[in-house]
Parts: sequence; structure tokens; C-alpha cells
Amino acid sequence: MNRYRLSRFILPIYAVIALVYLLIPIVYTIVFSFNNSAGRTNTIWQGFTLDKWLNACQRPGICEAVGNSLLIGGVSTLIATALGTAIAYALVRYQFKARSLVSLSLFLPMATPEVVMGAGLASLFFNLGAGYGYMTIILAHVMFCLSFVVVTVKARVQTLDPVLEEAGRDLYASPSMVFWKITFPLLLPGIVSAALLAFALSFDDFIITYFNAGPVNTFPLFIYISAAKGVPAEANVIASAVFILAILIVIGTQVGSNLRQKRLFAIK
Amino acid sequence: MAFAAFSPSASKQKSSSPVKSGKIVLVLLLPGLLYLGMFFMVPLVSLIITSLETPDPSGAFGVYQYALDFSAYQRVVVDYFPQILRSFGYAFLATLLAVLIAYPLAYFVGVRLRTRPLVQKLTLTLVVAPFFISFLLRTIAWKQILSDNSPTLEFLRSLHLLGPQQYFLGTPFAVVWGLTYNFIPFMVLPLYSSLERLDLRLLEAAGDLYASPSAVFRRVTLPLTMPGVISGTLLTFIPITGDYVNASRDFLGASDTSMIGNMVQADFLQNSDYPAASAMSAVLMAVILILVTVYVRRTGTEELL
Repeated sequence: MNRYRLSRFILPIYAVIALVYLLIPIVYTIVFSFNNSAGRTNTIWQGFTLDKWLNACQRPGICEAVGNSLLIGGVSTLIATALGTAIAYALVRYQFKARSLVSLSLFLPMATPEVVMGAGLASLFFNLGAGYGYMTIILAHVMFCLSFVVVTVKARVQTLDPVLEEAGRDLYASPSMVFWKITFPLLLPGIVSAALLAFALSFDDFIITYFNAGPVNTFPLFIYISAAKGVPAEANVIASAVFILAILIVIGTQVGSNLRQKRLFAIK
Repeated sequence: MAFAAFSPSASKQKSSSPVKSGKIVLVLLLPGLLYLGMFFMVPLVSLIITSLETPDPSGAFGVYQYALDFSAYQRVVVDYFPQILRSFGYAFLATLLAVLIAYPLAYFVGVRLRTRPLVQKLTLTLVVAPFFISFLLRTIAWKQILSDNSPTLEFLRSLHLLGPQQYFLGTPFAVVWGLTYNFIPFMVLPLYSSLERLDLRLLEAAGDLYASPSAVFRRVTLPLTMPGVISGTLLTFIPITGDYVNASRDFLGASDTSMIGNMVQADFLQNSDYPAASAMSAVLMAVILILVTVYVRRTGTEELL
């Protein structure tokens, strides 16, 4: 029994250490966004300042790169979410022969290293004689986001009781009414998570983008190119802002759903 | 969030799913599948075609013509043999470390925190927090924390854990450190979704039958959470083999830590040696497909999606 007792303490301590390890680079990045660093290099702490936060766009090229990343992320997310949701719905709701082939073609992109996909797409565009730019980046991003959207939405479709749709049909709702009034609202949380995931994947992608960007600069490309000379504090500002926003969204939805559940229990 | 994305048993179908087929399925499936065909399968074919090309007879730099020339394969396997070994060696080590770090963490969050759902969710958010900050910047953060004259190394030197001439950046150790760190969330999520569903009554039953805690773990907990271990190791190992950011000189590596990805990137984007870059990618893809097939067969989880 002693051993059991001891293990009760070991695990929480271990978990706290692991969490601290995971958070160290994040805290470092946020702290150094307030560094009063001169010039490009942001390696030694030189005092607290809000300047970089207030004038993040002063650094040439950075806000243009962020704008490009937002545009590419937005468009890629829209397309990938639409295509992926349709596949996820079909996979759960319908029986068809080529199911394992479909699953395989969705699994393969997730089992392919990014460098292979990046080089493959770049060689395709090169062989076709197409110039690299926004178009090639978006085509690439939709491709690698698609499988992740399918997996995320599929999990949600599986929790959906088909009886609800049947009830709609029994009450003479047309197929499109059943979809928009019943299926879609119930799937929405899954679709939103999938879209957020796709956007995050697209916004932070470096490897595939680097192969297919041509003259277009994105935020990860900006960081990679500056890494040789020193990444300016303004990059930390942008990354920290994105981080804080994303964490607030996630925590907000978690606390919200927790409150809703508590209220449901209270009613019961 | 999208934690369910990595749920290993998401494939379990409801037995009551209606058996229907027809035009609607095609309408739903075709656009996405055609897209994947066009921008996933065709690029792989293009990669193979490019890998078989031969330099243009005019001798112009970066110009190639269609051929059935296998010499690029021979070249990359011989020239890049150290990088190939390193890629798989680093990936193996980093995946192993990631399991060792992630499993207890996932167990803590998925089993111990079960009684407090909100705390559980918030802790899980902290675990995946690295996802929300730029991949390149968090690697640069480690580079600066562990740089040769950093307070961290000075502290380790003052404790005599590190010799005065010893450093960290540019060593294989630093690269594996960075790879492990960057891919741990990919390991924790599938492990968590397995552990979260673990039926604790089975563990109690084993304990009641006089199984020691370690026997309970080896014979009940671990086998039941194996699907999570498998998808976690795949989601970690595969991207690591192709990663070249951590190993690159501007990040945690040096020229003698370069991996397959560094070679593909240099050949494609700097040396314009498209056949070599394509051949290296094709070899990487082939090795991964073989490893994944063998691994999945041996561990017995056929359907991962």
C-alpha cells in the first residue's frame, strides 16, 4: 500500500515538471516580446518596453507577411472545411464499396512527411510550368488540411443520432431542410473545431509553404529568413498575440460548455 | 478543440448506420477525393518522374529532360547515407523520449483529473499550448535558452554538470531535444483520448485479484491504451523523419547534424538538383510506408483513421 501512496505524489509532480517543460519556450517568447532590444537581434534582455507591441508593423515586411498568412489561412480553411465536412458525413452516414480506399487516401497525407509533400507539389507546379505564388500555397494548404478536417468532423458525425434526421423526414421536411435545420446545426461545433484546426495548421506551416511560395512571404517564412541574422522582437509580438488570442478562444469555449453542462444538471 | 482529431478509435461505426448509396455519396465524396488525387497523388507521381530525369545535354544549370535515369537514386543513397541514418535514428530517439514524457502526463490528465472536468480540459489546453505559438519561434526560444553563453549553460557549468568547453547547440543532443519538444503534443493527444476512455473498474478488478501495480499497468492499462500509443508514435515519428528545421544550422543543429529534409531542401531550392531532391523524397516516402505497414501489422491496429 505504501508504494501506491508514493505513486500518488510522483505522478502529479511529474506532470507539473512536464508542463513546465512544455511552457518554457512559450513564456520565453512572450517575455522577449517586451524586450527593449535594439536592431534585429533579440537575444539578450535589455529592459522592459511596450514599444514593440505598439509599433509591431514598423519592422519592414512583417505585417505584410502576417496579412498574407491570414489571407492564405482563411481561404484554405474555407475550402478544406467544405470538402472535408462532405467526406466526413458520407463516411459515417452511407455505406459504399470503396470505403477502405477512401480511408487510405485520407490517411496517406497524414502519413507523409511534409518535406515529401512540399517537394512533390513544387515538382508538379514546376513540371506544369505554373509560377509559384498565392495560388500554389493555397492549393497546398487545402491538401494537407483536408484529412485533419475529415477526422475532426467525423468524430462529431458519429455522435449524431440518425433518429433526429429520420424524425425530420417523417415530418415531411425536404432533404435540404433536414440538412440545414437539423444536421448542420448539430454538426456545427465539430465543423468549427475543424476549421480552427485547419487555420492553425495553415497559419503555422513552414515546410510545405517554403517549397511553393515563390515571391510570396508568409509569417513563418519571415521568421525563417530572419533566423540567420536574428529574429526581431516584433515577430515575438505577433506570435504572442496569436497565442494569447487562440488560448482565450479555447479556454472561453471550455468554460462556456462547462457552465452550460452545470445548468443542464441544475434543471434536471 | 480538435482533440477528437487524434482519437484512435474514431473508426467504430454505429451499427445502426443506414445502408444507402447512390448519387449523394458521389456528390459528397468526389470533390474532396478528386482534390486529393490531383494535389496529393499526382505530385507523388510527378516526384517519381522528376527523380528519373537526366541533365539536359546542353549542360545548362538546373535544366533536365525526361528519361529513365536511375542514377539519382544511387547518388542519394550513397551520398546521403549518413543523413538517412541520422533522420531515422533521431526520429526513433525523439519518439521514444516523447512516449516516456507524454504517457505519464496523459495518464495524469486523462485518469487522475477525471473527477474535475474543467481542470482536466484546462490542463489539456496547457499541454497543447505549444501548438498555438509559432513552431519556428519556439525552436528559436530553445536555441537562445540553450546557447553557449546563456545563463542556463553557465548554471550547468557552475554545477559541473557541463565542462567549461562543452556546449549544447549544434550537437545531436540539441536536435533530438528540439524534435522531442516540438512533437510531444502529437503524442499526448492520442494517448489522452485512449486513457480518458479507460474503464477504471478493470484496473480495480486486476488489483482485487492481487495484481501488483506494475502488473496492472503492464497487463491491463498498457494493452488497453495501445491504440493511442500506436497513433501517437506514428504521428510523431513520421513528421520527425522529414523535419529539417530543428536540425538546420540557424536553429538547433550544425552541418554534421543534417537530416534527409535538409538535403531535399538544399537540392531543390538551392542547388536546383531536382532529380536528387525528388529521389531522396521518394526513398523517404518508401521507407516510411514500409515501416508503417510493418508496424501496424505487428501491433494489429489496421484501421487508423
